[in-house]
Amino acid sequence: MTHSWSAAHKTAVLERMLLIRRFEEGLVRLFEQHAFMAHYHLYIGQEATGVAVVEALSAADRIATTHRCHGHVLARGADPGRALAEILGRSTGYCGGRGGTMHLSVPELGFIATSGIVGGCIGLANGAAFALKQAAGDAVVAAFFGDGSLEEGVSYESMNFAALLSLPVVYVCENNSKGALGSVGGGFPTSVSAVKDLTDIPRCFGIPVETVDGRDVEQVFAAASRAVAHARQRKGPVFLHAVTERWAGSQPLWPELATGETDLAMAWDASRISGPHAAWYGQHDPVLLYARQLLAAGVLRQDELAAMDRSVADRIAAAGQFALDSPLPPAGALLDHVFA
Amino acid sequence: MTRMNYAGAVVDVLRICLREDPRFAVMGNEILGLGPERVQFEALQQEFADRIFFPPCSEAAFTALAAGAAMCGQRIFAHLGLGSFAYPAFSSIANEIAGAHYASGGTIKLPVVLHLCHGVLMGGASQHSESPQAMFWNIPGIEIALPSSARQAKGLIRTAFRSDNPTLVISHGMMFGAEDDVPEEDYAIPFGVAEILREGRDVTLVAMSRTVGTALTAAELLAAEGIEVEVIDPRTLVPFDRRSLFDSVARTGRLVVADETRLSCGVASEIAAMVAEEGFDLLKAPIIRVARPDAPVSASPQQEAAMVPTPQKIAAAVRRVMGHG
Ligand SMILES: Cc1ncc(C[n+]2csc(CCOP(=O)(O)OP(=O)(O)O)c2C)c(N)n1
Ligand SMILES: [Mg+2]
Repeated sequence: MTHSWSAAHKTAVLERMLLIRRFEEGLVRLFEQHAFMAHYHLYIGQEATGVAVVEALSAADRIATTHRCHGHVLARGADPGRALAEILGRSTGYCGGRGGTMHLSVPELGFIATSGIVGGCIGLANGAAFALKQAAGDAVVAAFFGDGSLEEGVSYESMNFAALLSLPVVYVCENNSKGALGSVGGGFPTSVSAVKDLTDIPRCFGIPVETVDGRDVEQVFAAASRAVAHARQRKGPVFLHAVTERWAGSQPLWPELATGETDLAMAWDASRISGPHAAWYGQHDPVLLYARQLLAAGVLRQDELAAMDRSVADRIAAAGQFALDSPLPPAGALLDHVFA
Repeated sequence: MTRMNYAGAVVDVLRICLREDPRFAVMGNEILGLGPERVQFEALQQEFADRIFFPPCSEAAFTALAAGAAMCGQRIFAHLGLGSFAYPAFSSIANEIAGAHYASGGTIKLPVVLHLCHGVLMGGASQHSESPQAMFWNIPGIEIALPSSARQAKGLIRTAFRSDNPTLVISHGMMFGAEDDVPEEDYAIPFGVAEILREGRDVTLVAMSRTVGTALTAAELLAAEGIEVEVIDPRTLVPFDRRSLFDSVARTGRLVVADETRLSCGVASEIAAMVAEEGFDLLKAPIIRVARPDAPVSASPQQEAAMVPTPQKIAAAVRRVMGHG
C-alpha cells in the first residue's frame, strides 16, 4: 500500500506532532510548579512514530499503550486540557483524575487500557484483537510498547498466542534505546537484552516484521499502513520496530527539558544550532526534521510555521489553565468505580 | 553511632555481607527507590562490580534465578522493584520458593533474600502503590521483615542474609531518605522480636514500616490529651512476636493496629484476629484497625492521601477505644 498526503494533510500531521511536543514541554513546567508529583515519562523524540501509526488506523481500530502514553492519546485527537487534567489528578480528566500519567486512557477514542506495568498492555491487546476477530468487520489493534517490554515473559507468550490464533494485532515496538545511557548515575533504564536485533523475536514466531526510522513520520506512516493492512486483511499479527535516538531529557530517571523549549526557528535557521545537543536539533528531533522537510518542499512557509506554533502554544496554555482550574475529586469519592 | 539515612544503612549492610561472603551477589534495578538517594548505591557498584547485577525487566525470571542459586548454596539479594512488579514474579515466589523446603521434606534449603519497595508513593496510582506484604504472609515458608528505620534496616537485612530460609525484606518506597542513629559495627536484629518504641498504659498501638513514624506522631498528639499510648513495632510478620503483643495488650487492655495494607485480609486484620481469638479476656474495648481502604490507589492527591493511616486517623481510633469520641 502506498500513500500520498496532501499539503494540507502534511501540515496537519506536523501540527499534531508539535502539539505533543508543546504539551510535554508544558508538562515539565507544571511538574516544576508542583502541580503533580508522579513519576512521569515524556513522548519527546517519538512524536513521529505515534502520530504516523495513529494516522494509519481507522476510527474503529483499538489501541493499547504504556507508561509513555501521552503522545498516543494526543495523536488520536484527545483534548489536551482533559489529558493534562488527568495527569494533574483533576476530576475533569479523562479518567476523573484516578489514572494520572500512567493510566491516561480515552475509551471513546478506541483506547482499551494504559498499563504502567512493562509488558502489561501486550496481552490485553491480544484480547482486543481476539474480540475484533470474532466480530464482523476488519478492525485491528495497535499495541504500543517500549523495547523493555521484550524483557518480560508475557510478551513472548502473547506473540506466540497471537501467531497461533492469527490475531489482527499490530505490535508497535518503540525502541528508544539508541544512544541511551541506562542506569548510569541513577538514570532511566534502558534495554537489557541479549537480542541485538529485536525483530528476531517476533520473527521466530513467524510474525512479519519491519524496522523503521522512528524519527521519520512519512516513513513510519508507510510502514504502519502496510502493517495495518496486513492485520486488516486478517493475515495475522505484525511487528513494527520504530527506532529513535534517546532524547537527552529522558536520560535521567526524572525527565528534564535538557534541550530547552523547542526553538522552531532551528528548522530554517541552522545558525541557531550549536552546543552539546546540536546533533539532536540537526538530525534527531522528529518535529524539527519534519518542519524542515515541509519548509524545503514549499509545503509551508516560515511565517505559517511560526503562526502554527503560536496557535499550538495558545492551545497548550489554555489546556494548562483548564487543568489547573479544575477541581480535584474529593477523598470521599475514592471508593467509586472499584466495581462497575 | 553514625547519622545515616535508610539508603545508607542498606548499602552498609550489603557491603558487610558482600565482604564476608565472596559468593554473595546483589541483583536488581533501583534498589534504593526512585528518589535522590538511589545514587548512594554506586558505592557498592564500584567496590563489587563483579557481584552486582542489573537484570533485564524480567522479575519472574530473576527471582527464580536467585532462588535456584540459593538452592545451590549461593546467597543472592534480589530486588524486585515496587510491590506491583513482584506480581509478575508471584509464581516464582509462591510456587517455586515458598514451599520448596517443605515439599523436599526439609532437604532443600533456599537462603535467598528478596527485597521490594511497598507503599503509597507520590502519585503512584493503581500500579505503583502496592503493599503486598499480607499476600506474602498468606504463603507459608517465607520470613518477612519490614524495617521502620535505618537502624532496623541494617540489622534485619543482616539477619535475612544469615537465615537459611527464603526471606522477604520490604522497605517503604518513601523511607530511603529517613535518617537515624545507626551503630557502625556489624549487628543483627533477630526476627520475631518486637520493638517497643514508646511505653504507655492506656492503648497498645501496633504499627510497622513507615506507619511507625505516623503512630509515634499520633502518640505525641494523644499524650497532650492525657492518653498514654504504647507503640509496638513487630518488625517481622514471619516469625511474629505474639508474646510482646499479648503482654502489651495485657497491660493496656486496648488495641489499635495501623497499617498501610488494605483493610480486608491485611496485616492489621491478622493481628486483630490473633488478639480477638486468644486475648479476648484482656480487652476492655473492641479492636480498631486503621488500614488502607479496599480500593486501588487513585492518582489524585486528595484520594491518595486518604489511603494511608495518618496521625489524625490513628488518634481518632485511639480516642474511640478509650471511649472518647
Ligand atoms: C513489571 C515492571 N517492572 C519494572 C517497571 C519499572 N519500569 C518503568 S519504565 C521501565 C523501562 C521500560 O522501558 P521500555 O519498555 O523500553 O519503555 P520506555 O520507557 O523506554 O518507553 C521500567 C523498567 C515496570 N513499570 N513494570
Ligand atoms: Mg525503551
